[in-house]
Amino acid sequence: MPISRRQLMAGGAGLALTGALGSACGSNTGRGGGGSSGPRLSQWYHQYGEAGTRQAVVRYAAAYEKADVRIEWRPGNYDQQTAAALLTSSGPDVFEVSGPTLDQIQGGQVVDLTDLIEDVKDDFSQVVLAPKTHDGRVWGIPQLVDTQLLYYRKSMLRDAGVRPPGSLDELIDAARKLTTGKVKGLFLGNDGGASALDGTPLYAAGLSLVTDRGEVGFDDPAAARTLGKLHRLYADKSLLLGAPTDWADPSAFLQGLTAMQWSGLWALPRIRKELGDDFGVLPFPPDGPAGRPAVPVGAWTAAVSARSEHREAAKAFVKWLWIDRTDHQEDFALSYGFHIPARNSLAAKADRLGQGPAAEVVRFTKEHGGAAQPLLWTPPSRTAYQDALNRVIKGGADPEAELRAAVRKAGAELRRVRKRA
Amino acid sequence: MSAPGTTRRKSPGRRPGARLGRHPGKRPGKRPGKQRNRAFWFWTFVGPFVAGLALFTYVPLAWSVYLSLFDAHNTVSPTDFVGLGNYTAMLGDPAFRSSLVTFAVFTAFIVPATYALSLGLALAVNRLRFAQAFFRSVFFLPAACSYVVAAMVWKLSVFNGVRFGLANTVLGWFGAEPVAWLASTDPPWYWLVIVTVRLWLQAGFYMVLFLAGLQRVPVRLYEAAALDGARPGWQTFRHITFPALRATSVAVVLLLVVGAFQAFDEFYNLLSDSRGYPPYARPPLVYLYYTALGQGQDLGLGSAGAVILALIIAVVTVVQARVSGLGRKEE
Repeated sequence: MPISRRQLMAGGAGLALTGALGSACGSNTGRGGGGSSGPRLSQWYHQYGEAGTRQAVVRYAAAYEKADVRIEWRPGNYDQQTAAALLTSSGPDVFEVSGPTLDQIQGGQVVDLTDLIEDVKDDFSQVVLAPKTHDGRVWGIPQLVDTQLLYYRKSMLRDAGVRPPGSLDELIDAARKLTTGKVKGLFLGNDGGASALDGTPLYAAGLSLVTDRGEVGFDDPAAARTLGKLHRLYADKSLLLGAPTDWADPSAFLQGLTAMQWSGLWALPRIRKELGDDFGVLPFPPDGPAGRPAVPVGAWTAAVSARSEHREAAKAFVKWLWIDRTDHQEDFALSYGFHIPARNSLAAKADRLGQGPAAEVVRFTKEHGGAAQPLLWTPPSRTAYQDALNRVIKGGADPEAELRAAVRKAGAELRRVRKRA
Repeated sequence: MSAPGTTRRKSPGRRPGARLGRHPGKRPGKRPGKQRNRAFWFWTFVGPFVAGLALFTYVPLAWSVYLSLFDAHNTVSPTDFVGLGNYTAMLGDPAFRSSLVTFAVFTAFIVPATYALSLGLALAVNRLRFAQAFFRSVFFLPAACSYVVAAMVWKLSVFNGVRFGLANTVLGWFGAEPVAWLASTDPPWYWLVIVTVRLWLQAGFYMVLFLAGLQRVPVRLYEAAALDGARPGWQTFRHITFPALRATSVAVVLLLVVGAFQAFDEFYNLLSDSRGYPPYARPPLVYLYYTALGQGQDLGLGSAGAVILALIIAVVTVVQARVSGLGRKEE
């Protein structure tokens, strides 16, 4: 049948309209048939890898009566997506974020949530609450505590006659001894560890990324000494590189490609399911006289966009979900992936955290946990430092010279954010 | 941009109609109405593209220049004017300068390599006496694959660093140790991965361009050369085929350089991880992506970098056009 130009145009317009309607109906409301009271709120989550998480957050949203909360589950580069969405008013009302970053706070992109958390502030883990706090105001409600740690295969260490490393030097020796033709000693991520470890080796040397007084925390010869040692792991060919999955996923460890792997507490249920008792957990081992075990801790945080049209409703929902409904918080932290609840009272009574390796992780998180990303540690500082670390580990670059450049950049950034405040 | 009617002059088939006036095939009496009508249809068809071009290219371009003069952290409507501060910061940034070097190295690699490979393929396929269409299609097929998909295949199955990756399996037959292709900086094996994925993706496309060029070389040139005693093979190629392909070559090199400028997809998908990007093989677009669009959100600094990059591209393109004589009328 010949189609006239007019028919084609009409058809095209019709299709476009259908598409628009289709996409408008596409988001997941979490509700049977609408008919809810209150404004419509959009809540964003990054894509959690563990089965059931998405269904759970949809269930929580559906149980909220005062607003019609729609969940958007966003795979891909989540940080970039939220950063771009916050520039417009068509972004989320409520969103989870690994920040919010200092520039987002100073730029007025997120809403002050201090009054929501005031009464229960002391019940939250201070390690995760501190990076969400700026000038005494709280800008995000921690949803959970994510600890990073070292997993090792007990049987492989036993066979190689190696004991669980208690210092960085022992870790390097162990990795070398555990490396055989088919198995590498240690997996720190496919880039050799720069992005997964980040500031962790500095904490292990008794230093930090940013001091409590807001100055660069690694302008110290000990930093160069510790980072320089990491190059030995690479030079010894003890590191697993180019695995199909990265450090956050335990697959390389489970497939027997490596004897030890740096990963997170979230991976523990899967590791226990596949390896039974044949694994142990460790903090990143200390180095040098001032050294201490390093346990980087991060947190996904609920924040409210300043461009939201329903800021008060969004705040009320955040308070309901992440402050009032402790049953949801507990379910969210423990039933799918494996995280420590952000609130000490919930963490203390969680049975599943009370035994075995999980209990050990909770113990060393409590003793040695430190913020993986301090608020003052801005993305340009991180890029400069990770570039330096990468060149030290893989290129064998002079750690002192590399760190000098990173210290300069981080110092300039700290001055910039102070000026902005 | 010209009105649709003007291109018709070039078409010999239209000549008789053209003699009737500027509107072939139409009765001369109705000209004014037709003229209006033609303007209407011109804007109907061209208008959306002009609007799109303005909205999605010129406005962002101008906005980018505007942003580059401000401290625009996390905002596209900044107020803190900093003049050329972002430009000096960007040019003083060793990471940005090294990204320009990366980019130059990549262009120096990929342009001659693709040129030689696609020309070689075209010459080989052109000589086939049977199954030519088959081989042409086979070599062209990768051009239909997305850069992201190809990069993932290269990263996860062909060049992954463990013993069961394709490349490492082959090495294993000869008793060699597995190589971490993307993570080794000494020697920089990652370049092999980056260059081969792009070669695989684009060689077929340029082969087709060369094939078209080869088929336009007049047979009488070869016959004349043979009569003059030119030996088939290198001598004929050097003195007949290659010069005859000049126009095609200029176009191919131009397209390759433009393609190299746009390097992002395969680099990003091969080398980035959830936390960032290593400090090597980081072309400017990837670096600017992290500066401006990642969590950094320093849109002023990122825009300054983009403007610098645009200027470099403009200069290179002008120089290239001059040198190659692009757009000059063939005699």
